[in-house]
Order: sequence, then structure tokens, then C-alpha cells
Amino acid sequence: MAGINKSEFPNPVINWIDTRLPIFTMMQKEYGTFPTPRNFNYLWNFGALAMVIMMIMIATGIFLAMNYQPNTALAFDSVQRIMRDVNYGWLIRYVHQNGASMFFIVTYIHIFRGMYYGSYKYPRELLWMLGVVIMLIMMATAFMGYVLPWGQMSYWGATVITNLFSAFPIVGQPIVTWLWGGFSVDLPTLNRFYALHYLLPFVLVGVVFLHVAALHITGSNNPLGIDVKSPQDTVPFHPYYTVKDSVGVCVFLLIFALLVFFWPNVLGDPNNFIPANPLQTPSDIVPEWYFLPYYAILRSVPNKLGGVCLMFGSILVLFVLPWLDTSPVRSARFRPIYRQVIWLFVLSFVVLGYCGMNKPEGIYVILSRIATLYYFFHFLVLLPILGKLERPLPLPESISRAVLGGGGGGPMPSGATAKPMEKA
Amino acid sequence: MRAFRNLLAAGMFGAAMFALLTIAARPARAQEEAPTPPAQNWSFNGVFGGLDLAAAQRGFQVYSEVCSTCHSMNLLHYRDLEGIGLTEDQIKAVAAAVTVPVGLDDQGNPKTGPGTPASQFRAPFANEQAARAAMNGALPPDLSVIVNARTGHANYVYAILTGFQEAPPGFKMMGGMNYNEYFPGHQIAMPQPLHDGQVTFADGAPNRIENEAHDVVTFLYWAANPEAIQRKQIGVRVVLFLVFMTGITYAVKRKVWADLH
Repeated sequence: MAGINKSEFPNPVINWIDTRLPIFTMMQKEYGTFPTPRNFNYLWNFGALAMVIMMIMIATGIFLAMNYQPNTALAFDSVQRIMRDVNYGWLIRYVHQNGASMFFIVTYIHIFRGMYYGSYKYPRELLWMLGVVIMLIMMATAFMGYVLPWGQMSYWGATVITNLFSAFPIVGQPIVTWLWGGFSVDLPTLNRFYALHYLLPFVLVGVVFLHVAALHITGSNNPLGIDVKSPQDTVPFHPYYTVKDSVGVCVFLLIFALLVFFWPNVLGDPNNFIPANPLQTPSDIVPEWYFLPYYAILRSVPNKLGGVCLMFGSILVLFVLPWLDTSPVRSARFRPIYRQVIWLFVLSFVVLGYCGMNKPEGIYVILSRIATLYYFFHFLVLLPILGKLERPLPLPESISRAVLGGGGGGPMPSGATAKPMEKA
Repeated sequence: MRAFRNLLAAGMFGAAMFALLTIAARPARAQEEAPTPPAQNWSFNGVFGGLDLAAAQRGFQVYSEVCSTCHSMNLLHYRDLEGIGLTEDQIKAVAAAVTVPVGLDDQGNPKTGPGTPASQFRAPFANEQAARAAMNGALPPDLSVIVNARTGHANYVYAILTGFQEAPPGFKMMGGMNYNEYFPGHQIAMPQPLHDGQVTFADGAPNRIENEAHDVVTFLYWAANPEAIQRKQIGVRVVLFLVFMTGITYAVKRKVWADLH
């Protein structure tokens, strides 16, 4: 009987399936007994939260697509029709609209956690790079989704962002025409953005699957940034982290609900309640809040091509972060200088966001230039030399010793006898 | 130590949310030259705010008698007026009193007839060109979502309606324009639409310009956010449920983790 899996599930139906397609065995291994460092703090919730909000976005998006019209003459009114005439359409739309913001804040905190605790370092470089791919796909999806309601900001945002490609010499203008499917942002642009906005989330799901698969090969990093060394260092994913993630999901949904039910338009721009008008440019074109830092980087450079390159560079630099950071120590907890300067980096990102929503005049130009310089200085200068200069604090011997104190080990709870990880 | 770390994590999340909210609190960009509209006391303010139905109904009267001469509300249908408390018969009567396009006659010519509850609000002009031709080149904006479409929202619309003044001496006005304290650039094509005593309300409510503006803005807020009352009511229940769920989930978490500490 070659090729049949041995399963011992009490339920005969599950057993029958599992012997032929061991998905239940896999789920049990990856989400049941999966050995997980015992010392996660609540920042480790954000991966699960991103997964939850991604599923919410796809679910609400499918119902919106059933009622939306990707036609320049109908799009604006069809969105309003969803808000007014579709049963609970306002709920579906406001969840989707604010869900984008929640998706980005969760992802940004998730990325910050990775940076603070050195989650991108050996052996998790590919895991990190897949994460950067996820962020790029998210950004493309969010941008195209924002175009669909066909309000003034949708139209002019699409015009400004697609025009960025015209900065490239020779190929620039043909690329823009190709993106538009014509000579201005118009019906063909809206149609293709709609098609891609429906496609990309499923590409995203695919890359997220790879991201999680890679995570389950290397295992999770942890706040101490040291490797798992013995079974005492881990607990099974279920019930310990399923319940801890559930707490995070509840708090997340609470904040999300406050936004959706009481302040659904606080993050939006009033201009997007005005139907797109190619003949009238709004007094100030601003992207959604989650793009503001990159928008500020773009505008901080007097040269258009330079600005575009720096803007894309600000994200692409993340791909090589694992090699820019030369420190062998992962967690900022044991890196006294890095622990301080990471906050300067966060500050530069927030300052960039603040500059991005103001007109590029006076103080904001200077501020955004300083912050842009620091953003790149952090990655390209500080991280490479800091690893060599900084004297890290002594690392604890093991996770269990650091957590439980004293003689390590400690009595293991029943059910917590996980196998050591195959690969540390 | 663990409690401290959890606190730290919560703190960091809080800082991130604070950053987000700071970013959200955008400065009033479109009104650099105009003062910030003063906040009014609206029935729909706040988490528990409802809607003053009587004011909204009076506001509909103001819209019908004054605003609708120039401004369309294309996203609304007469049946929607149920949302401000009109009965089915009242809606039928309101709709029947207006003449709207009702398709084509036997010769294929556009036909008009009395409205039904399913009719769109009657538009004052057939199209944008007709509106501009009648309005000295200016286009009166559609009012369906006007409260959401302006920075300052209800307060801004109220401020515009009550903000008409004599131009200060030395202020250069273009021909056909009117001075408004709260309009960006102060020159607005719309002449002052509301005056004291212009609309007589059936319920005898006061009809000074402030009252008329207040009522019509209440109506326009409802028109832009017809779901708002239901949304907030559901929201309160959802939030209470989630607070309860968070508490109980945290208790379970404490119990599950108790043997690890």
C-alpha cells in the first residue's frame, strides 16, 4: 500500500480523507502542535491580524464587485447606490474602505516588529523579502482600489501616480500611455484597474502562503532574538498562541468597529465625494494616509526622475535590509544604540507622513528633505557601520532561562511537550 | 517583566494609533483664506447622536422651496424620504406634485408626468450645459452628498448659508459674484439663498435665517448619510459585544497561560 498516509483520527470521515490527502495532519502540525517560542509579546499578533484583515477585505470586496460598475459614467453613482440601496451595502463598503487603512497600519506595525527584533536576519532573509513583495502588492492593490469610486481624488491620484513613470527617459511616456490604455486616465484605465484590483488580492494570497510556508521552515523569531534550543523554549501553537492571537483579534476588531461605525470617513478625503472631473484639478492632490511618507519622499527631490527613484528606492531598500544590517545580534533589546536609533527612523517616517499631507512649501520642504535623508542614512550608512561599532549586551543562554529565570527548564505543562524544531 | 513588556507593546500600538490619528486630522486645506466654520450643535453629533426628524422634514421643505430651484439631488429618490419620517401617503403626495421625465411617448419623444415614490428627485436642469447657460456660466453643484464633500462638513455648509455679507471696502469683486465670509476666496457665484422668514413652516417653527439654514443642513446631512442612525445604533451594540468578547478572551488567555508562568 505505497503512497497512503497513516492517520489515526477518531472521526472516520476525517480519517478517510486524511489517509488520502493529509490536510488534517498538516493543519495539526502547522497550527496545532507547531513549536513556537514561548516568549512572544503582543507585537507578534500582527501577522495573524494581517491575515484576518486580508480575508475581510477579500470577502467584502467580492460583494462590492457584484454591485459595482467599472464604467466612468456609472462608477461614482454605483458606489453611492451600494451605500444607499444594497442591503447593508454601507456596512460592506465602509468595512472595505476602512479595512484598507487597518490593513496598512497592521502591516506597518508588523514590519516595525520585524525591524526592531531583527526578524529579517539569517535564516529568515527570504521570509522577509517575501514580506516586502507582499507590501508592494498591497500598495498596488490599494492604489487601484482607491481609483474605483471615481471621485476627484481617485481620478487625480491616478493621474499623478501613473504620470510618475513618465519621468523615465525615452520609455517613460510610452509606459504611461500603455498603463492608461489611451492618452489620459479614462474608461480603459478604470476597466483595467478594476480587473487588476480583483486579481492582485489573489496573487497576494499566494505570496502570503509562501510567506507563511517560509515561516514554518525557519520558525518564528522572538523578542530575545535568540534561537530555540530545547523543547523548554517553545509551546505548541495551539492553544497558547491561538488564544493569544484571539485577544489581539478582538482588540483589533474593536478599533476597526469604532472607525467603521462612528468615523467611517475620517481617513478619507472630502474631495472624493465629488465625481471625477478631468477639467477641474483639486486645489491639493493628496494620496491616502498610508502613502503619505512615500509621497513626501517623492516631493522632497527637486528633480522628478530623482524623486521617483528615491520613492521606489525607499521600499526596494528593504529587500537588501538583511545584508545592510551587519550586526550578528537580532533583537534591539541587546543592541543599546540600535535600540535608540530605530525610534529616530520611526520618527523620520512619521515626519515624512506629516509633510506628505501639507503643501510642499517652506518648512515642509526642509523637514521632508531632512527626514528623507535620515530614512536612507539609517539603511545605507547607520546599519552597516553600527553592526561593527556597537557592543551588544550579553545574550541570555536560552529563551526558557530568560523567561523563567534561574535554572532554566522548569516544570513543563501537560500538552506543552513539543518536539524541538528540526532547524534552529 | 512580562507585564511590563505587554505594557510596552500596548504603548507602542497606542503610539502608532496616535500617529495615525494625527495624520488623519488634516488641516483645512481648501480654506486657507477663509476662517474655520464655527461648530454648531447638531442633533447628529457624537456617537449617540440621532437625527432631529422634524428639523430634517423642515429642511426638506427649505430644499424644495428654495434650493431645488437650482440644485439637483440626483442620488435621492422620493421613496428615500421614509428616512426622515414621511409616511407612504405623504411620499406619494410629494412625488405626485412634481413633474419628472417618464420615458418616451408613442412617437418616441421624451415624456413628462407626475412623479412616483420610485422617481429620482426632480432635477432643475436637463444637463450641465443647460444649468451653466441659465446660471451665468456657474454650475450649481448636486447636493446629494454635499455635506460629505466639503472640508468642515455640516458646519461648513451652515457657515456658507449664513455667511453672506457686504464685501469689505476695497475688496475687488468680479461681476455677478457675491461676498461670503466662509467661501474659499470669498467670491461665490450663488446669491444669498436664505433670508429671515423666507420659508413658512407648517409646524410654526421659527424661521429666521439661522433656523432655516440649520434645518436644511440637517436634511442635507441625512441625504448624504442616510444610513447614519442605523450605523451608529448597530455600532454601539457591536462595540459593546467586542468589549465583552475582548474581556472574556483575555480571561481565557490568562487561564490557558497560567501554568506557563
